[in-house]
Amino acid sequence: MMTDMTKIRHHLTEPLLMGYAAGTLPEAFNLVIATHITMCDTCRAALAEYEAVGGEVMLEAEPVDVAEDALAATLARIDGSPVQEMSRPARKADSIFPGPLQDYISGDLDTLKWRKVGGGVSQLVLKTSKDASVRLLRIPAGTAVPDHGHRGTELTLVLQGAFTDEEDRFGTGDVEVANEDLNHTPVAESGMDCICLAATDAPLRFNGLIPRIAQRFVGI
Amino acid sequence: MLMETTAPSKAEVPAAIAVKGATVQQQYVKVGKRKVTADAASKRMAWVVQVYAIRDSQDRTAFSELFAYFAPRVKSFLMKSGASPDLAEECAQEVMATLWHKAHMFDPAKASVSTWIFTIARNRKIDILRKQRRPEPEELPWGPEAEPDQADAIGLQQETEQLGLAIAALPEEQRKLIERAYFGELSHSEIAAETGLPLGTIKSRIRLALDRLRHAMK
Ligand SMILES: [Zn+2]
Repeated sequence: MMTDMTKIRHHLTEPLLMGYAAGTLPEAFNLVIATHITMCDTCRAALAEYEAVGGEVMLEAEPVDVAEDALAATLARIDGSPVQEMSRPARKADSIFPGPLQDYISGDLDTLKWRKVGGGVSQLVLKTSKDASVRLLRIPAGTAVPDHGHRGTELTLVLQGAFTDEEDRFGTGDVEVANEDLNHTPVAESGMDCICLAATDAPLRFNGLIPRIAQRFVGI
Repeated sequence: MLMETTAPSKAEVPAAIAVKGATVQQQYVKVGKRKVTADAASKRMAWVVQVYAIRDSQDRTAFSELFAYFAPRVKSFLMKSGASPDLAEECAQEVMATLWHKAHMFDPAKASVSTWIFTIARNRKIDILRKQRRPEPEELPWGPEAEPDQADAIGLQQETEQLGLAIAALPEEQRKLIERAYFGELSHSEIAAETGLPLGTIKSRIRLALDRLRHAMK
């Protein structure tokens, strides 16, 4: 991803990098994190270190005896399975969607099946495990995202354009990590549509009369 | 338990260690900043040599040595992460078989063998225990000119060893917290932002390598 990395100012937090390295986060979060790391060498280097911590934690764990024939069984397993190269299909070079994200969508910006969610904003919910949800947001230039509260943690990664909220300005590659304390109203900058990848581990709050149906409608 | 010897089954250290055709003299290793580095780097470089032996000549002796050391630790990690003993056994074998098949992808300038095996075990855990896909960052196009430098490889092995020692030296309570985070007993929101982890050196080294690569790609 040839994002100009010097411009990324908002990075992943330590707990998120650690959770990603440990493999304990919901898939939806992992997708945002893997996408940001594709765009950001600072976090890529930090991840390498958290993975090294994981390796050392594993080394220090009290060893557990393996089965007596474990080595023989493993060698038999090796003999029985020819080497297979698992390689990801080449990424569309001109896409604004980095590789990890392309595995979850079919199509590009204008061919995706966007759904309107009000105020000119569209979204596309991606299919992940149910412990959290992730969606693409398309916010027309100069438009505000409809006000929403959230309970858990919300990660918002900018893929194109920029938005500004009460906290700061978030440009391409930046990720905003919001917890329940943050009540924000992101506004897309003028110039071009702002495309974001947003994940949350708690259902967004809906104030309507039939929140469960609303939630089903937007698929989260 | 923490400071138990972590040397591979061969206690003696190879006098010279081959890294991608080049030869690294043991003496070089001793030039390291700290006293631990000579032994530490030797132990970890011995693991590297074993992975290379698997890659280059399907060396089953090298594999069985790595297996003897790592398989019980992978199994332990998986059980602490919630796998039943049977499932952990099965997965540990799969992880070690993956090591065999992917030996050509190992790069000692980017990771210690312990780190690499951990990431294989982690991915297996996500797949089997959590039944999720694992989105991974795009690989960087390390070209042939970015062939791992032997000094970089040794430096990273040393620093990973120092990291391990620093973690082992943390106060009990703090170390337990980190272990719980990696075994999945803490949610990300329960992990304090300040873990007090002795981080920094490996990150800088990797960062340096990435900067060099980005520069070369321009
Ligand atoms: Zn970053």
